[in-house]
Formats: sequence, C-alpha cells, structure tokens
Amino acid sequence: MRRVLLPLVTGGALLAIWAIASAADAFPTGTVPGPGEVATAFWGELATGRLLEDAIASLYRVAWGFVGATITAVPLGLLIGRSLTTRAAILPWINFFRSLSPIAWIPFAIVWFGVGDPPAIFLIFIATFFQIVVATAAAAAAVPEVYYRVARDLGYDRQKTLFDVTLNAILPQLLTALRIAIGVAWMVVVAAEMIAVRSGLGYLIVDARNGLRMDLVVVGMIAIGLIGIGLDAGFARLARHPSLRWGSAR
Amino acid sequence: MSEHDRPVLALRGVGFDYGAHRVLDGLDLEVARGELVVCVGPSGCGKSTLLALLGGHLAPTRGTIDRVGQCRTIYQDGGLFPWLTVRDNLATGVPTTIPLAERAAKVAHWLAIIGLRDFADHFPHQLSGGMRQRVELGRALAGETDLLLCDEPFSALDYQTRMKMRRELVTTLATTPRTVVFVTHDIEEAVQLADRVVVLGDRPTRIRTTLPLPLARPRLPAAPGVAQAEQTILDELGLS
Repeated sequence: MRRVLLPLVTGGALLAIWAIASAADAFPTGTVPGPGEVATAFWGELATGRLLEDAIASLYRVAWGFVGATITAVPLGLLIGRSLTTRAAILPWINFFRSLSPIAWIPFAIVWFGVGDPPAIFLIFIATFFQIVVATAAAAAAVPEVYYRVARDLGYDRQKTLFDVTLNAILPQLLTALRIAIGVAWMVVVAAEMIAVRSGLGYLIVDARNGLRMDLVVVGMIAIGLIGIGLDAGFARLARHPSLRWGSAR
Repeated sequence: MSEHDRPVLALRGVGFDYGAHRVLDGLDLEVARGELVVCVGPSGCGKSTLLALLGGHLAPTRGTIDRVGQCRTIYQDGGLFPWLTVRDNLATGVPTTIPLAERAAKVAHWLAIIGLRDFADHFPHQLSGGMRQRVELGRALAGETDLLLCDEPFSALDYQTRMKMRRELVTTLATTPRTVVFVTHDIEEAVQLADRVVVLGDRPTRIRTTLPLPLARPRLPAAPGVAQAEQTILDELGLS
C-alpha cells in the first residue's frame, strides 16, 4: 500500500507546485509549459497514435541493441571471468572501451551505418556491451570454488558445469547488471534518435524543440520516464523469482 | 588380496606445497573399507588441503594417493547449490546411472532419512545451518560412493545442533555403511565419531600419532573412555 500510495502523494505534490507556479506566471513566457498544456498535448499525441509509434520505434532499437549486446557480452564475460589468460589479455581493453562515452561513437555510427535504425542500435550495443562483459566477468570470477568441487564430485562435464553451475551462480548478479544496462540503453536511444533518425521518442523531443513546442518536449520526457520505470520494474520482478532470491537473501 | 580387502584409500609419502610453502609432508595412511577415520589438528594445519588431495581436487606435490572408486565431499558450509531446492539438490546427488524413473523414489528416500520431507521445496537460504548440513549429508550419501570425505561439516553449527548431527551421522552410517575420512579441529568430535583418530601437527603437517578407538557407540562426552582419549590427543598436541 505504502509503495503505491506514497509515490502518488509525492507526485501529486510536485504536480501541484508546477500548476501553482505556472498559474502564477512564475516562468518567463515560453520556457515552461503548464500542466494543462502538457496534458492536452499528451492526449493529442496518444489520439493520433504518434506517441505509441515513437515509443515502439525506440523500444525496437533498444531491444535489438540490448539483446545483441547481452548474447555476445555474456559468453565473453564468462570466458574472461573463468580464464586468467583471457582476463589478462582482454580485460584492460574492455575497460578502455567501457570508459568511452557512447556519444564519442556517434561519428562512426553515422559513417558506418548511415541513417535509420542501424546507427541507433549500434550506439545502444556499444553503450551496454562493455558494461555487461565486465559485470559478467566479475560475477563469474567470484563464483565460490566449492561449487566446482561439488560439480566434479557429481561427475559434471564442462558443458553441464557451465550451464548448471556457473550460469546459475552468476544469475542474480547478471540480472542486476542487465537491469542497469537496460536503463543505460534507454537513455542512449534518446540521444541516438536526436541525431540519425526521424522517429522515436528522442526524435519527438528534437522535433518538438525545433517547432518550439515545449509542451511536446515534456510529453516526450514523461513517456521516456514512464517506460524507463516499466523496464526497470520488469527486471526487478525477474530478480524476485524464488530460484534467484538467494542472491539477495544472503 | 581381494577387491574388498584392499584399502579404499592409501597415501604413501604424500606431501603438498603451496609455492615455496610446505604444507603437508610425509603422510602415510591407509583407510580400510567401512572405516571411519577422523583427522584432527589445529586450525590452519592443512586439513582442508588434505581433503582436497583425497578428493582429487588437488594433486600431491610428492608421493602417491590410491583411491578405490568414487568419492563425495561434505563441506563446512555453502556447498549446496543455492539456486536449487532441497529436493533438487538431493537429486543432483543421485547417480545418473540410476534410471530416471527410479530417481524420484531415491530422492524421497533420502529426504526421509535426513528428516526434511516437509522442507523439500525450500531453498538452502531458507533453512537453518543444521538443516543445510543434513541436505549436504543426504546429497553425498545419495551418490552411493565408496568414500565419503567430510571437511568440518558441523563446525559452523551451534553446540547442540553439532551434537545432534554427530549422532545422526553415526546412526545413518550404521544403516548405510561407508568409508569415511572426516577432518575436524574439534577433539571431542573426533573421539565421538572415529574408529581411528589421526592426530596431525607440526609444520609442515605430518601425522603425529594414530589412535584406534574401539569404544562402544553412542559416545557421550562424559563417558570414561571418551574423556581419556581426548586427554591423550590433547597431550599429543601439546595442549595439556
């Protein structure tokens, strides 16, 4: 009850402050739209279907970039985590690339992939791949040795050890890493859509700014925030699965 | 010598170094089928290293270890897979050579023996320390292996649970005999459980003495033979 009610109360208070300030003309004209204007714009965008289209376009890019990064980064992270040689050879370079802001890749994204979905997907991939590698490697390196001894006693072969022991043992930490990564991906898609494409919630914001429609900018921000909360809640819910709860219960 | 009379475990001149650090040296030991040997020694004397050698997880730097058949190890704490329920943890212990259809019955059998039928669908983190160690015991015994290694399996438990677990181990082994090598720092535990106590000491660790204990079971701490044997071990460790 408290977890549903309290956020609504604080949200209502913020909304009230916003409404009062804007009714009192506290902001210079054209800088901050009032809640009424934003609500009208929001329903308008919903009614024309543009908001939904833009949200789907953004989610589509995030899905490709994020899933692509996950299925390539997790195996590499496992390799780095479980093999000292691979770790020594590759980890410093992973850290090198991880330190680069995805924004630094924008020139290459456009030169290599042109315009449309591919450069945005590429930027999301770059923004999440190295993070997931590092998180997976750290989790895999920290799996207690005793599990491997037990697995050997039980006669597990390499493949069974990888899937039944290592993957299960890192799953709680991996899910946390993916939860952080999807948040990053969602932030990056907005930035990417401001450059190379003509759809998506990021484009909605740039397009609105170009038309001096600050109410639409806020509509875009609200949609981005709500979907961000939804994605995060989805991953948080996964982590509460009974077979994963041990990760946070210790 | 028939297969049955051969020692399940035979160490000859076994030594182990961690880098330049000599941990174990000159260990000679034979363990007969069905025997319960307890190795007792101070903390840090290389008991866990010795068990890792016996279990084949480490290779000796010097000497040879001959082991007949397969073995399972019970660890001090945290050896269960935390992502599996009690039932599924036990199921991993059942040999894959047993037909799939019979495995569920095996798991039910071991659940009953360790007294955790009502907790079959619990995860390890939802159990008490004593219950977890019972699952470890059940999983190891379910393997029906010749040799059972115990690495201080009860030392993370409180005193009363520890006493109870020792008794349970003895009664379980009475119905399902196994060859057991058990390491502990707890002298009382060694004397309560062992057919033979191996006292470890010095650095690098060697066998100081071997003490056969042909005492009746159960062995209460205050029983005369028990107290006397404890005194002998304390003397041997220079702690009296």
